[in-house]
Amino acid sequence: MKVKMLSRNPDNYVRETKLDLQRVPRNYDPTLHPFEVPREYVRALNATKLERVFTKPFLASLDGHRDGVNCLAKHPKNLATILSGACDGEVRIWNLTQRNCIRTIQAHEGFVRGICTRFCGTSFFTVGDDKTVKQWKMDGPGYGEEEEPLHTILGKTVYTGIDHHWKEAVFATCGQQVDIWDEQRTNPICSMTWGFDSISSVKFNPVETFLLGSCASDRNIVLYDMRTNTICWNPMEAFIFTAANEDYNLYTFDMRALDTPVMVHMDHVSAVLDVDYSPTGKEFVSASFDKSIRIFPVDKSRSREVYHTKRMQHVICVKWTSDSKYIMCGSDEMNIRLWKANASEKLGVLTSREKAAKDYNQKLKEKFQHYPHIKRIARHRHLPKSIYSQIQEQRIMKEARRRKEVNRIKHSKPGSVPIVSEKKKHIVAVVK
Amino acid sequence: MGEMETAPKPGRDVPPKKDKLQTKRKKPRRYWEEETVPTTDGASPGPPCNKKNRELRPQRPKNAHILKKSRISKQPQVPKKPQEWKNPESQRSLSGAQDPFPGPAPVPVEVVQKFCRIDKSRKLPRSKAKTRSRLEVAEAEEEETSIKAARSELLLAEEPGFLEGEDGEDTAKICQADIVEAVDIASAAKHFDLNLRQFGPYRLNYSRTGRHLAFGGRRGHVAALDWVTKKLMCEINVMEAVRDIRFLHSEALLAVAQNRWLHIYDNQGIELHCIRRCDRVTRLEFLPFHFLLATASETGFLTYLDVSVGKIVAALNVRAGRLDVMSQNPYNAVIHLGHSNGTVSLWSPAMKEPLAKILCHRGGVRAVAVDSTGTYMATSGLDHQLKIFDLRGTYQPLSTRTLPHGAGHLAFSQRGLLVAGMGDVVNIWAGQGKASPPSLEQPYLTHRLSGPVHGLQFCPFEDVLGVGHSGGVTSMLVPGAGEPNFDGLESNPYRSRKQRQEWEVKALLEKVPAELICLDPRALAEVDVISLEQGKKERIERLGYDPEAKAPFQPKPKQKGRSSTASLVKRKRKVMDEEHRDKVRQSLQQQQQQQQQKEAKAKSTGARPSALDRFVR
Repeated sequence: MKVKMLSRNPDNYVRETKLDLQRVPRNYDPTLHPFEVPREYVRALNATKLERVFTKPFLASLDGHRDGVNCLAKHPKNLATILSGACDGEVRIWNLTQRNCIRTIQAHEGFVRGICTRFCGTSFFTVGDDKTVKQWKMDGPGYGEEEEPLHTILGKTVYTGIDHHWKEAVFATCGQQVDIWDEQRTNPICSMTWGFDSISSVKFNPVETFLLGSCASDRNIVLYDMRTNTICWNPMEAFIFTAANEDYNLYTFDMRALDTPVMVHMDHVSAVLDVDYSPTGKEFVSASFDKSIRIFPVDKSRSREVYHTKRMQHVICVKWTSDSKYIMCGSDEMNIRLWKANASEKLGVLTSREKAAKDYNQKLKEKFQHYPHIKRIARHRHLPKSIYSQIQEQRIMKEARRRKEVNRIKHSKPGSVPIVSEKKKHIVAVVK
Repeated sequence: MGEMETAPKPGRDVPPKKDKLQTKRKKPRRYWEEETVPTTDGASPGPPCNKKNRELRPQRPKNAHILKKSRISKQPQVPKKPQEWKNPESQRSLSGAQDPFPGPAPVPVEVVQKFCRIDKSRKLPRSKAKTRSRLEVAEAEEEETSIKAARSELLLAEEPGFLEGEDGEDTAKICQADIVEAVDIASAAKHFDLNLRQFGPYRLNYSRTGRHLAFGGRRGHVAALDWVTKKLMCEINVMEAVRDIRFLHSEALLAVAQNRWLHIYDNQGIELHCIRRCDRVTRLEFLPFHFLLATASETGFLTYLDVSVGKIVAALNVRAGRLDVMSQNPYNAVIHLGHSNGTVSLWSPAMKEPLAKILCHRGGVRAVAVDSTGTYMATSGLDHQLKIFDLRGTYQPLSTRTLPHGAGHLAFSQRGLLVAGMGDVVNIWAGQGKASPPSLEQPYLTHRLSGPVHGLQFCPFEDVLGVGHSGGVTSMLVPGAGEPNFDGLESNPYRSRKQRQEWEVKALLEKVPAELICLDPRALAEVDVISLEQGKKERIERLGYDPEAKAPFQPKPKQKGRSSTASLVKRKRKVMDEEHRDKVRQSLQQQQQQQQQKEAKAKSTGARPSALDRFVR
């Protein structure tokens, strides 16, 4: 007779001293882990609920401006520094870690229309309603010195936007025309015009650095080899840019095929005023006149997140910080607000177990995201009454338009009324 | 030859004395370094075992893509042809050494199969390129994880027990005393007999970790103990007949079905609850992942009690008279009830009607048991038969055996052993492996007790069978019954109090809702085709056209001169005709299939040709 009994030595399964960690032997045999799918589903449901519970995106409000914040700029080298320009011509430099104002400059008379930093981070440029372009040092003046710009360029017309080249000492302004400037000269190197409308924004492409996009008030987007409210270039895919439009939508275009947008992003209920990409190029944030900001994935037409507070008024400018973790927005009521890019994220250092649990929950949420119960909880957002009722109203309007379209197709000769996709509907024309 | 070699082992390959001087002059050579001077005996002492190893391993291919695809070695035992090592120089690393075990470690196919959660034989559905690529990525990920899990099998510490007779010896003739004598002291201590003649036949239950044992006698004796250390937790007399006893999710709570009502005690014997809504309960089952206590009563009701919130989830009227045969399917948490008309019905709290009814015996059903993989169900009836059913959709008996007195109690062990209590005798049958049904030809073990059996359960994670009988409680040794390697996060017999508390919180957080109990527990992961189609239909209705419909073929203009209007029309017509022919072909095939099915049905209904068949159209 040969016999062997299962006989475990408890020493192999119990920790030796109290200071040790408990021993946890694993066996991944599926028969020891029954109800795999239902349990994972419950875990995913819990993770989604917890995500909603821990959603606290608002971090801080930077107050100090005496008029609405009109523009924002990031420091290219320092994550903690941002610059803001207000409607009364004041420029402030802020420290985000201390959440206070470092420096205040009375830069212009009237609005500060645009602000941008030089790529090296030593100076920045502002344009204002007083028809000037000014270059300022990033560091404050020494003791006893007066606050003075490095250069001042007096122009003939009002400038509405400015952007600096990503690598060279060249910057572009826009107004009635797009001007390309050398930093050392007081006259533009060249001026470009397209139509007769005023141009509201101009942006350099970060990868193809000599490409320049601008948007004008007559719904044009113009790309110069060097229209809409503003555009923003995708930092990872240089040929993709997103335009924020007055018709409540955002359009993502592929520069190589401008006749159809890659994606139409619609969720705002009022004009979209600003847009900025996250450094990863996967998402962008948009600021709207409807007093909210929204975060869109690049490949989705609906937003994944909406931020609003009771006190935040029309949001004029928005920026995604370079570490991809935070979002800043400047609004009409003189404050700059700091938000988390991922609303339920825990700030600070995570332990490895916390991190592992977070990753696991993330994967579960992803796996079960299409289940109706989980989807409902994950999509639920509390909206202010104005936005909520606006959404309802617009839904009714859209439904009516669609019904009319369907009826028209139904009662006309088959094929005589073309079916135009939502993407193509919004493009007026491509002018070569 | 220029091969890599290992350092000569001192015992086996002692270098001759002549060499000693040489080796002194030489720089000490590491085993991974190349041999520079051939040894005197010529043969490089590359050990044969090394060579064998190399032959068993698949060579690391130069192309990384191939490596990814052939992660599973289909036949690890087949030696590779020597031609594959034609060019050993290319595999050398910087130091000139060669990897003795090139490529990823081989994984046997059967082990990978065990962890595989997707059916590879099914083709991916036709879908858009994006969806398809996403599916492919998911499939590759799945394969990767199953291989990783299979690889981690190597780390399992314990081997299952076994009992083998020497040349032709029948293991059924080996009695408990022999086994106790042959095994080590720790295992021998697991065999014990509690002589409790006074309080009548006992029912018993092991906790989920297998560490604790609770038993209750007909005359009101209830006790719970840590049976490994033999430490008594509590002992009370409830002064009422005890019909069944069951641990709840942990060893701290104990449900006792007494004569009138259901009572819940803690591990000190203090009565916590008396549940009057569950009266005259005969059998108890606890569903650990749903926190449901299922009770079958004399009044014919199957009641599900949620023990985490104390609510009755469902009370189902079975409409089959007194219920006293119940067991749960640990794979899908479906309750199996045996009835006096010979049927076994399957119940879930989400449905008012049984999920299935299986006619098993000619007389009434006496006992039901389901194995841990949810594949086999064993039943015994008043017709003295013991049957094993396949639960994977067919519900057909796989094997049948007539027993002299019939079995009154049945239980499966974690590794698939089946035990039947017949009067005062206990018979155990074993199968070939873990996933095969027990063969009823020859019993694996038998044992006679001091009284008729009243309750049976295999202890989880131990080679022990607990038997409650009229003479007390017996703990039998059954080598090869228990799962040798437990999962510390699921049920750990050696857990501390802190670990138990943590586990309890986690388990409560992921309590599976009672509505999810159904025959296939993986059904939740399947695509809900019906509602998908419904949604599609609604969308088409709302939009007025099908947005996913294929656009009609539009011929592209060809080179100059070859693209006349007539040829365009011709090409268009060609494609349209081809599509039309496809449609016709499909519909013809469908018709043929339907015809065949009809004929097959007609044939199967009449076993013997009837005279009236000539009138059948």
